[in-house]
Amino acid sequence: MIESRVVITGVGLTAPIGNSLAEFRQSLLQGQAGISRIDMRYMGQVLAGVCDFDALRYQKKKELRVGTRAGSISIYCAREALLDAGLEAENLASDRTGIYVGTTEHGNVETENEVYNISQFDYDTKYWSHHHNPRTVSNNPAGEVSLNLKVHGPAYTVGAACAAGNLGLVHALQMLRLGEVDLAIAGGVSESVRTFGIFAGFKSQGALAEHEDPNKASRPFDLKRNGIVVSEGGALYTLERLEDAQTRGAKIYGEIVGYHVNSDATDYVLPNPARQAECMRAALGRAGMQPGDIDIINTHATATPMGDIQECAAIGEVFTDCPKTQVNNTKGYIGHAMGAAGALELAGNLPAFEDGLVHPTINVDELDPKCDLPGLVINETKPAKRVDAILNNSFGMLGINSALIVKRFSN
Amino acid sequence: MTKDECKQVVLDIIAEIAPDEELGDVKGEVPLREQLDLDSMDFLDIVMELRKQHGIEVPEADYSHLASLDSCAEYLTPKFNALV
Repeated sequence: MIESRVVITGVGLTAPIGNSLAEFRQSLLQGQAGISRIDMRYMGQVLAGVCDFDALRYQKKKELRVGTRAGSISIYCAREALLDAGLEAENLASDRTGIYVGTTEHGNVETENEVYNISQFDYDTKYWSHHHNPRTVSNNPAGEVSLNLKVHGPAYTVGAACAAGNLGLVHALQMLRLGEVDLAIAGGVSESVRTFGIFAGFKSQGALAEHEDPNKASRPFDLKRNGIVVSEGGALYTLERLEDAQTRGAKIYGEIVGYHVNSDATDYVLPNPARQAECMRAALGRAGMQPGDIDIINTHATATPMGDIQECAAIGEVFTDCPKTQVNNTKGYIGHAMGAAGALELAGNLPAFEDGLVHPTINVDELDPKCDLPGLVINETKPAKRVDAILNNSFGMLGINSALIVKRFSN
Repeated sequence: MTKDECKQVVLDIIAEIAPDEELGDVKGEVPLREQLDLDSMDFLDIVMELRKQHGIEVPEADYSHLASLDSCAEYLTPKFNALV
């Protein structure tokens, strides 16, 4: 069976360091992080990556009141992606447009808010909001996009822990290849900075980062890294079959040529480098590529002591003798954007096809020798002779692994 | 509480739940849904805010009394005055 080629034709994003691909890329190349201290219910101040996009650009005040932050992020990203792709929501083939939004979790924020709300009324559940269910159903972020765009095709989320950004794209590609839809709006989002439970859970796990300087707190591969900075954000793309994109003369950012998803089946939280390596190898195999064909590897590394080492072990095993392969990471800038991470990090590297630059992983004051991968780009942007292929790692709890390969488009 | 004061209480609640609406010209006798972009969930919000902010209970069987500002005032003013 000849599989359709699927290309990226639009990007919409919001991150703690930018509300468009251009802003995001500029911050990455300038080494500008965007972490701040915020007040967290029950916990006091915590470090977090917070976005400041203009939600009212595409939503009414009432929609913001009734909907969720994840929905709002999704709507902003979807609208921006369509705009970037030169597509108008009103003119889409509505029933042939699919919306596939990756999420790490959904419903924690809204449930915590309601529990807090009824705590002000002696836990009398008659004060529990009738908005609770539509806010917390797991398809909420995608459903809010469909409501906003008035799009009638399939709209749902893909729950895949912190691999979800990649999974949204993988699922969209599969649906396009199956002919289920003609246009997909896909990627991942996170509203996780509004739930104390995620922060408290990481803190209890000994995996919540702390540093006196917020912008130095998220430090993958550094010897003194001490955990995760939780962030919000989103990145949604428009994906189309190549022939459709070419027929309408669309701008093409790149082609998704390979992917793989597998499971460790070993632990709830600890990663398994053997399975991660298998995942990367299988993605390369599907793309018909060798490890040395990859120019940039975006690492998932979240700055936990063990996770970074495990991923470096996996990469080191697969990418032996690959002199042109460079390795970077985005979490030092924006923290861990959870369900948005994979999609945002891919966006951060996509412009490298055009500008030939590899943004660094920042905050590495003292490189952990166990993370000293060949080709690791640290603290300063490096030029590449030419960037033709990006491998985007994204892993998550319960042992879900994903690797996505995007190639410079060529006929 | 007078009926006019009661109407203002209801309008203040509507301003919170429908922040995009212009409320200066709301006519008392015309159903709210004919003048404003309000759906059934919004009316549940009005019921909830009356409960939360003022301790007023509106049983489901009485929801029809919330149709217009005038009917709200007619129905709710005695309830507010019974609180005192």
